[in-house]
Amino acid sequence: MLPPMICLAQPDAAILARKATILAALRTLLDPTDVIADDLLLRAYETDALTAYRQRPLAVVLPHTTAQVAAVLRFALTEGIRIVPRGAGTSLSGGAVPVADAIVVGMGRFNRILEIDYADRCVVAQSGVTNFAISEAVAARNFYYAPDPSSQIACTIGGNVAENSGGVHCLKYGLTTHNVLGLEMVTPQGETLRLGGRHLDAGHYDLLGLTIGSEGLLGIVTEVTVRILPRPQTARALLIGFSSATGASDCVADVIAAGIVPAGLEMMDGPAIRAAEEFVHAGYPLGAAALLIVELDGPVAEVDELITRVHAIASRHGASSCRASADDAERQRFWAGRKAAFPAVGRISPDYLCMDGSIPRRQLAPVLLSIAELSQRHGLRVANVFHAGDGNLHPLILYDANVAGELERAEAFGSDILKLCVDVGGVLTGEHGVGLEKRDLMTYQFGPTDLEVQHRIKHVFDPQLRFNPGKVFPTLSRCSEQGREHVHANAAPSVHSALPRF
Amino acid sequence: MARPANEAELVELLSAPGPAYELVAGGTKRGIGRPMDATLLDLSAFNGVVDYEPGELVLTARPATPLNQVESLLAAQGQRLAFEPPVAVLEASKEQTLGGVLMANASGSRRVTAGSARDHFIGFRAVNGRGEAFVGGGRVVKNVTGFDLPKVLAGSWGTLAALTEVTVRVVPAAESESTLLFPVESAASAVELCSQALGSTFDVSSAAVLPARGVALRLEGLAASVTTRVAGLLAVVARRPHSQLTLAASRQFWRQVGAAAALERFPVLWRLSVAPRQAARILEAIEPEDFQLDWGGGLIWIGAREPDAARIRAALQGGHATLIRANVEQRRETAAFEPQTASVAALAMRLKAAFDPRNRLNPGRMG
Repeated sequence: MLPPMICLAQPDAAILARKATILAALRTLLDPTDVIADDLLLRAYETDALTAYRQRPLAVVLPHTTAQVAAVLRFALTEGIRIVPRGAGTSLSGGAVPVADAIVVGMGRFNRILEIDYADRCVVAQSGVTNFAISEAVAARNFYYAPDPSSQIACTIGGNVAENSGGVHCLKYGLTTHNVLGLEMVTPQGETLRLGGRHLDAGHYDLLGLTIGSEGLLGIVTEVTVRILPRPQTARALLIGFSSATGASDCVADVIAAGIVPAGLEMMDGPAIRAAEEFVHAGYPLGAAALLIVELDGPVAEVDELITRVHAIASRHGASSCRASADDAERQRFWAGRKAAFPAVGRISPDYLCMDGSIPRRQLAPVLLSIAELSQRHGLRVANVFHAGDGNLHPLILYDANVAGELERAEAFGSDILKLCVDVGGVLTGEHGVGLEKRDLMTYQFGPTDLEVQHRIKHVFDPQLRFNPGKVFPTLSRCSEQGREHVHANAAPSVHSALPRF
Repeated sequence: MARPANEAELVELLSAPGPAYELVAGGTKRGIGRPMDATLLDLSAFNGVVDYEPGELVLTARPATPLNQVESLLAAQGQRLAFEPPVAVLEASKEQTLGGVLMANASGSRRVTAGSARDHFIGFRAVNGRGEAFVGGGRVVKNVTGFDLPKVLAGSWGTLAALTEVTVRVVPAAESESTLLFPVESAASAVELCSQALGSTFDVSSAAVLPARGVALRLEGLAASVTTRVAGLLAVVARRPHSQLTLAASRQFWRQVGAAAALERFPVLWRLSVAPRQAARILEAIEPEDFQLDWGGGLIWIGAREPDAARIRAALQGGHATLIRANVEQRRETAAFEPQTASVAALAMRLKAAFDPRNRLNPGRMG
């Protein structure tokens, strides 16, 4: 049965033994109050949004300036200490879970927007600024920052860079990598670099593009320059019910084939629809086997015409219900159920695991069927929500951690789903990252040479392999069950348990 | 010359000791970068579309597939490459290839709003300088599994690996398009107009400045929507266009902008990527004989008699300048690609060594 327990990187006893001197040195580099080593205070940093994995680090530092980050990293380089970068700690894949002998560099103090440039349509922000704060800062002038991960009120732009975060609108507006122009980062060697700027494209190798989505393996981002966009004139949504998942996925294919690129194109299956409707009463059709939310944005003339076209396509595919939002309040209501899908599922099950595979769009219906079969085989319920437009699945596996063996069954089920995604031509993760969670599945998607090539890139930046150890790349030696604590989601909420997730 | 027939032969060629190679398929970009002393590696056998299903919005092809063939195939399904690969500036009569466009990260006027070649390059198979076949990215648009290797290969000019298969994202083609041309008063005011248009809600897809033609703003989409937006945009910019190009005339205009056709007569051509707000200042500092702007001012094409790299690069404050056209002697003496800071250059060298430690692929081209 897979996966075996995912193990955290093993600490170096020699480093642990030098803890006192290391702390003393850090307190000379930073204000002593910005060096956290108290066991109780460290608890706030022992996990991220993958709460099943916890580990207190050696220390947490909270630098205020790039020079301080560089000083800490140079010290760590000299001393051979490992580093775990951390933004807001909202990673769903364990990207910010610490290692026992590592210094966690928390970027929360990098919280200032440095410049807003409307002429060149960009914002320069320190890396600890939240995703939403950027959009908020430019809202008065009717601009926004397009990538909108569901954790956007808490997650930081630096974390978005690390994870190449997406969101419900990335079908039309792209991921973080398509919306970042430049950044400042400090490398594991303690060097401060600027990659990109306010111009487009790289003049030599695209190290900016390489850094985005590198999951904290290549350095610590201190400043980010993002592209901002004028807010579309209008946004309208259609709520379309189907009596079969096949009808819904055929409708998705035809919308795309008709040359329409919706701003958002979401799908929910029966269990997800019912859980969401019972929770927020969004007016979802309870009898439907599948529900689509199709959002169109842009100039009014364009959106109104496209709403009509999508409506016609939905009718051709035997939609059992179809409603277009008349105003923004109604559009928000359509979304309310979708955005509440995760907590709604949390109400009908003590625990759930959220998966994040990505598949070719044409595989939606067959993959749904296979997931249903896997659900039977593993004896666990599943509710499916998808970013259907780009084939990104979020199956939510329902389980009860208090029942012996259910977490292991849930993880095995999840692992089977991700392998299924790879089998049909997709990938392990569409937007949550590999992190700890999917690390040991990397060999399922990539061959040894593919991984070796990536590993060499890691070496280019971090020859001692000290940055975010144990993440993304499978290690040769699997450890026993060390380093893993089983946690009941409701019993031990993480700092972000109230965060919307969708 | 070597001409591997398939990936296995390419692997064999590069894993065995042998000469350094200059990678060629269409050959339209051989004149860009430092001239190489290397054996030709003809990759034209890697030709043909592998998989294209319009509903997926992705296309997989072998890299030497002629771009024209890809574009016709897409057009027949009402789709296109969003990044609008420009006509080859140097050798317009030759067939450029899909792989060549990606290796040069060559994007046209729509790049400013729709993203670049690298943004739409989502997966590949390739053979590196060690003779290892490997994959990067995937065939799905949403993918964050492992390092984003397509970004590394895009714009690497064949110095890291030879592509054997590529997957690109495609998008629906616009039903209609229209281009408004306004008089140019000064570079500064022209860029301001571009910024105003690109920052408006009328979905302006491209904005260029051609001194002889005007400030050009393109709107694309459903026919009725384009008409409405043109009216809305004109009201906001409070200026009258001196002409308006629609459909084929508009498309033809942007093809010429992409090819920098207005600067064809110059023996030396530079391409600068800058913050749009810097464009007017840079032009003042360089005083070029002729120029054109694209990407709302963020892309400056400069036509000149001599490379004069020092003058061009001294004018930059951020961004980069690439020497696109020059004679062989000039290309030997001038760094075609923007020199990097010492620490970035060191990383770039290590990256090159990770892929091609024996410097067998396009040696010295980007150096």
